[in-house]
Amino acid sequence: MAAKTLTRAELSEAVYQEVGLSRNESADLVETVLKEISDVLAQGEAVKISSFGTFSIRQKGKRVGRNPKTGEEVPILPRRVLVFRASHVMKNRINRSARASG
Amino acid sequence: MTKSELILRLAERNPHLFHRDVERIVATIFNEVAAALARGDRVELRGFGAFSVKRRSPRVGRNPRTGASVEVSEKLVPYFKTGKELRERLNGKK
Repeated sequence: MAAKTLTRAELSEAVYQEVGLSRNESADLVETVLKEISDVLAQGEAVKISSFGTFSIRQKGKRVGRNPKTGEEVPILPRRVLVFRASHVMKNRINRSARASG
Repeated sequence: MTKSELILRLAERNPHLFHRDVERIVATIFNEVAAALARGDRVELRGFGAFSVKRRSPRVGRNPRTGASVEVSEKLVPYFKTGKELRERLNGKK
């Protein structure tokens, strides 16, 4: 498995190839999609993308943490975290191709 | 918000695009991410987050009802780490 990293550039290129808008507009649209998703999540609402997965917001309570270097106790304040759960379709897709390539 | 609601919002914001093009844009983006993960690649979207695949070693599990041990083979699981900017936004820092 040669692990490459995909970025916005590759997503924009794929949209450009697939839809036939200009490269610039394709890049803007990729950005808009990410922004729409982020805005909804920032409001505390979950985003469900069928056959891909669900992004949801979880509220974490206050707890006492520790600085692992100094051993000092530090309070960890209540906060919201984003959790991604991949759909079964995506999980199967990942495991199927792993088996296929040995 | 669901995928179809996302498509509707984008369509409203981009009245010059055909609805089917907006659908294809959204489908292409998620499909590219899933395809990259299926190849074992990572996807890094600065400010939003990064998707990667983690390997879970084979292990001996147990049927919680019967207590019988079962072999669980190695598997790959998709993982998402929230980007710094989005993480801060969730907590009202921005």
